[in-house]
Amino acid sequence: MVLFFLLGSLMAVAGASGVVVARKPVHGVIGMILNFLGLALLYVSLQAEFLAVVQIIVYAGAVMVLFLFVVALLTAHAKPPAMGPSPLRGQGWRAGLVAVLLLTALLPVGVVVPGRAEPWEGDFGGVVRFGQELLTTHLLAFEALALVLMVAVIGVVILVGRPPQRRRGARGEGGS
Amino acid sequence: MVINYLEVGIFALVAVAFVAITLAIGSLLRPKNPYANKLAPYECGEIPVGDGQVRFHIRYYIFALVFLVFDVEIIFLYPWAVVLEQLGLFGLVEMLIFLGLLVVGLVYAWRKKVLRWV
Amino acid sequence: MQLEQSLVQWVGNLYAAGLSWWTSLGIPEWVWVALMAVLKGVAVLTFLLLNVLFLIWLERKVAGRIQRRPGPMHHGPQGIFQTLFDALKLVIKEDIIPSQADKWVFITAPLVMIAPALMIWVVMPFGPDLIARDLNVGLLYVSAVSSFSILALIMAGWSSNNKWSTLGAMRSAAQMISYEIPLGLALVAVGMLAGTLSLKGIVEAQQERTWFLLLQPLGFLVFIVAATAEINRAPFNLPEAESELVAGFNTEYSGFRWGVFFVAEYANLLFMAGMAATLFLGGWSGPAFLPPFLWWLLKTYLFVFLIMWVGWTLPRIRVDQLMELGWKFLIPVGLANIALTGVFVILT
Repeated sequence: MVLFFLLGSLMAVAGASGVVVARKPVHGVIGMILNFLGLALLYVSLQAEFLAVVQIIVYAGAVMVLFLFVVALLTAHAKPPAMGPSPLRGQGWRAGLVAVLLLTALLPVGVVVPGRAEPWEGDFGGVVRFGQELLTTHLLAFEALALVLMVAVIGVVILVGRPPQRRRGARGEGGS
Repeated sequence: MVINYLEVGIFALVAVAFVAITLAIGSLLRPKNPYANKLAPYECGEIPVGDGQVRFHIRYYIFALVFLVFDVEIIFLYPWAVVLEQLGLFGLVEMLIFLGLLVVGLVYAWRKKVLRWV
Repeated sequence: MQLEQSLVQWVGNLYAAGLSWWTSLGIPEWVWVALMAVLKGVAVLTFLLLNVLFLIWLERKVAGRIQRRPGPMHHGPQGIFQTLFDALKLVIKEDIIPSQADKWVFITAPLVMIAPALMIWVVMPFGPDLIARDLNVGLLYVSAVSSFSILALIMAGWSSNNKWSTLGAMRSAAQMISYEIPLGLALVAVGMLAGTLSLKGIVEAQQERTWFLLLQPLGFLVFIVAATAEINRAPFNLPEAESELVAGFNTEYSGFRWGVFFVAEYANLLFMAGMAATLFLGGWSGPAFLPPFLWWLLKTYLFVFLIMWVGWTLPRIRVDQLMELGWKFLIPVGLANIALTGVFVILT
């Protein structure tokens, strides 16, 4: 449905612009959440039901919480850094020009390769179909993913885990 | 298909409209008498010290990272759950390998005392 | 039973008739579906608000009885109108937005809290045909929508620019992400038994076999503990531990904006109890002397009472105990339960 697409893309673009424009990091994170919601809406309009829900759970629900934690952890008292005149000052129009050129270059692609208008049959994009494909055709990738996730946990522990001996008295939740 | 999700969006709009309308009705009835002390952050009646947005211990970050990994894991359990009966023993073995690898990660984090709060 | 069925049937016929009349006018079908969705939304919201008013009264009564005092007594019989007046008071109370607050985030946070609290009810089956929309990713949808309340808490706490709020928000975020995993593990095990993620399908699967409470005792244990923690109820109410954090993330909120958080909290309590009833006690199904909807309501209130009872009996647990319970007990038990359920599904 065109309406879903319009709404979704509007939300995604608004959110993305919010990330760029926002001065406070938390506002940027909120813009990003809006962006992810828009993307989920786009997935729904493409019948990718499962992907849409996953987008929300993993990105909006988990990654963004992590981002908020990082922002709260690091930027509590930080004022936006005092920046002198940027060395890139006055270069904005070049970037804009490149962006416009790239977009016009992409335009014919959309015209030449028209999208598929009619919906897919059956439960395409649904969770059952996804499970069947994942656990038969893409089994190796699936198990490799488990390995990657395991490595990720170990990486977390090594990178930010506690050092062998801890100083006593380094406790306290957010003493400022 | 897409139409199934109309309710989701509209329920959200209904909830937002409920709050907006009630606030609007309330604004006709409620007093408005702000002054500096009333608008100051609450610190048990004391004059607020410093900023409200305090810095946090690193462990919040660690737990968020470990959570992220397990969240992704659970996402992959759902599609498996609904096709388990079709796949039979083969599917079970697949998932036991998958879970086994993740349990290794959990045990590692546990042994390294990362899952401890204090 | 008869009455409810014929009522549902009548509404269904009306819906179909309206739809065919509507499309004969040449207006696309989705406009009709959207209009009906507004009606459904308002109906569910009204149902929720009435229940929230009742739940708050019930909570105060239960707490009162447990502490050997009567609870609210003055307005109406047994003080039943107490919360109604409380709600009216909140609406006409002054609306304070602290000067230090990040205004826009402060205003948006209650909306981000209440919207998912209503959205999540889209998939709740009140009866065989009494369901706003039976999505076939039902369980996943539930965990997706419920993850938004974490964001709302952080937004509210951070934007208040108050130490209590920030501490409460971060604590509750840490708590909720920790308990989302065991909750997900319990939901997966239910999905495995039912072979579907649709909540209606799960209830029907229980009509074929038996209540999943009997097949999933471990899963139920994990679910009910994780659900209690997920909705920040005692003994897991650390985010608003009144004796140490004043009120937690919503310290700076007052009037109706505060009321919105309160409504969302009780709506989520009702939802989690309803989920427990739907996933483990067969939802709407029951002997025919009561209509399906009343069976659902009865079972839901059974769990509501259970959660309140536990909450007012046990003392609040410590932060480190909370995290250890989640990561070192519930998650291993949840994983073991999935492996056991897998073997069970293969064998039967």
